[in-house]
Amino acid sequence: MEIKKTSLNKLHQSNNAKFVEFAGYEMPIQYSKGIIEEHKFTRSNSGIFDVSHMGQLFIYGDESLTEELEKIFPLDLKNLKQNCSKYSFLMNEEAGIYDDLIITKIEEGYLIILNAACKDKDFEILSNLLGSKFKMNLDNNRSLIAIQGPKSVEILNSIINGVDQLSFMTGNWFDSDNQKLFVTRSGYTGEDGFEISISNDKAEKFVENLIEKGAQLIGLGARDTLRLEAGLCLYGHELDINKTPVEANLRWAISKSRLSNGGFIGSKKIMNQIQDGASKIRVGIKPQGRLIAREKTKIFDDTDKQIGEITSGTFGPSVNGPIAMGYVDKEFSKVDTKILLEVRGKKHPANVCALPFYKKNYVKGVN
Amino acid sequence: MSEVKFSKEHEWIALEGDVATIGITKHATEMLGDIVFAELPEKGSNVEKDGTAGVVESTKAASDVYTPVSGEVVDTNQSIVDDPAKINEDPEGGAWFFKLKIKDTSELDTLMNKEEYDKFAKETSS
Repeated sequence: MEIKKTSLNKLHQSNNAKFVEFAGYEMPIQYSKGIIEEHKFTRSNSGIFDVSHMGQLFIYGDESLTEELEKIFPLDLKNLKQNCSKYSFLMNEEAGIYDDLIITKIEEGYLIILNAACKDKDFEILSNLLGSKFKMNLDNNRSLIAIQGPKSVEILNSIINGVDQLSFMTGNWFDSDNQKLFVTRSGYTGEDGFEISISNDKAEKFVENLIEKGAQLIGLGARDTLRLEAGLCLYGHELDINKTPVEANLRWAISKSRLSNGGFIGSKKIMNQIQDGASKIRVGIKPQGRLIAREKTKIFDDTDKQIGEITSGTFGPSVNGPIAMGYVDKEFSKVDTKILLEVRGKKHPANVCALPFYKKNYVKGVN
Repeated sequence: MSEVKFSKEHEWIALEGDVATIGITKHATEMLGDIVFAELPEKGSNVEKDGTAGVVESTKAASDVYTPVSGEVVDTNQSIVDDPAKINEDPEGGAWFFKLKIKDTSELDTLMNKEEYDKFAKETSS
């Protein structure tokens, strides 16, 4: 199958991107400055991320759509205000996660942002669940640009006036350069920032404009170190079809009102796990010293019994040391529990620790 | 100091008497990206030609470091363990990895000179 390219591919090339294949797309892993510089620039200034490979699914409908979606997602969508976003999951009956996503209530219905590797399957699953009652559009004509970091609000507001009035996890349509952009205050780096949905033919010029104002392009490599420092899950690593939101320690994302009555796919399993506790749980892990424990590293207790596995591990540039997340048996999940990580045949000490590794700088409310 | 030689695994080796200083090439560091971890062989241990004699990790992945010749490890550079970023800054100078008392100088004959290595690096990276 031919590798897909986003509308910013030429711009990546002219900025000396190193490319990798990611979910069928040719995506920049880094630019000439490298992952650590790009990471630090995002934390101190403003980084631009091409996330156009992600799915932008528009579903159009009225209250009956809200009712149908509540049978799928563990959210109180009836009480979700227009232009407000929620983090959620598409699950199977066993509460295994098909995908994690952001859903926003818009005037015409809902906008759901899906992971690139999952979007086609998600579309199929949702089409089967919703039937033909609602118009669904997995929009390939729009690019998705994230701008993240403390200077992003100033930079973006100078191009799209009014975005500074958005609070975290809200969005709206804005007019800019004779077109409608959908902007949400959100992101996946642990920084204040925005995601902008823009038509493909305007995306390159828009990003060039952001660069002119002082933002810089950042690759997927730094995106990974940033989200891991922020303690955020990445589908295919922390999350997959064999893990539930309770095991992933994402119970906060399930609306309280939905836990009493259930009625969404996977609700029985989730209610049971909340009552009885899950046998394994996602935790933060800090290796001692400089050792990096990568995905699939086995975790042991001091009696040589395997008690879990790492799902992501790297060097955290802002915490200046190695960081990881993984799943451990429940009895080892308390903060400060001492564990051992097997790297290259040797066992190395590490501690279970609180997440995030790096404190978030989200803007909760404006004024 | 004699001529610096290079291996296909992207190590450089400089011989002085019967002691060889070994590190990884600038080209290797450019492929790896930001290096954040280094592990060196034990002083006093013996390493075999083409065997692993250390590890470097970048933000992206771990890679073995091989020794291009056999010998006894007589010194290691702890400063790159304490500050792995030095490897990106000065890979073919101050950020050497280890020194070997080499067993068999004829093992050097199979290695490349600078010109050959530069050509090899260019061909294999595209």
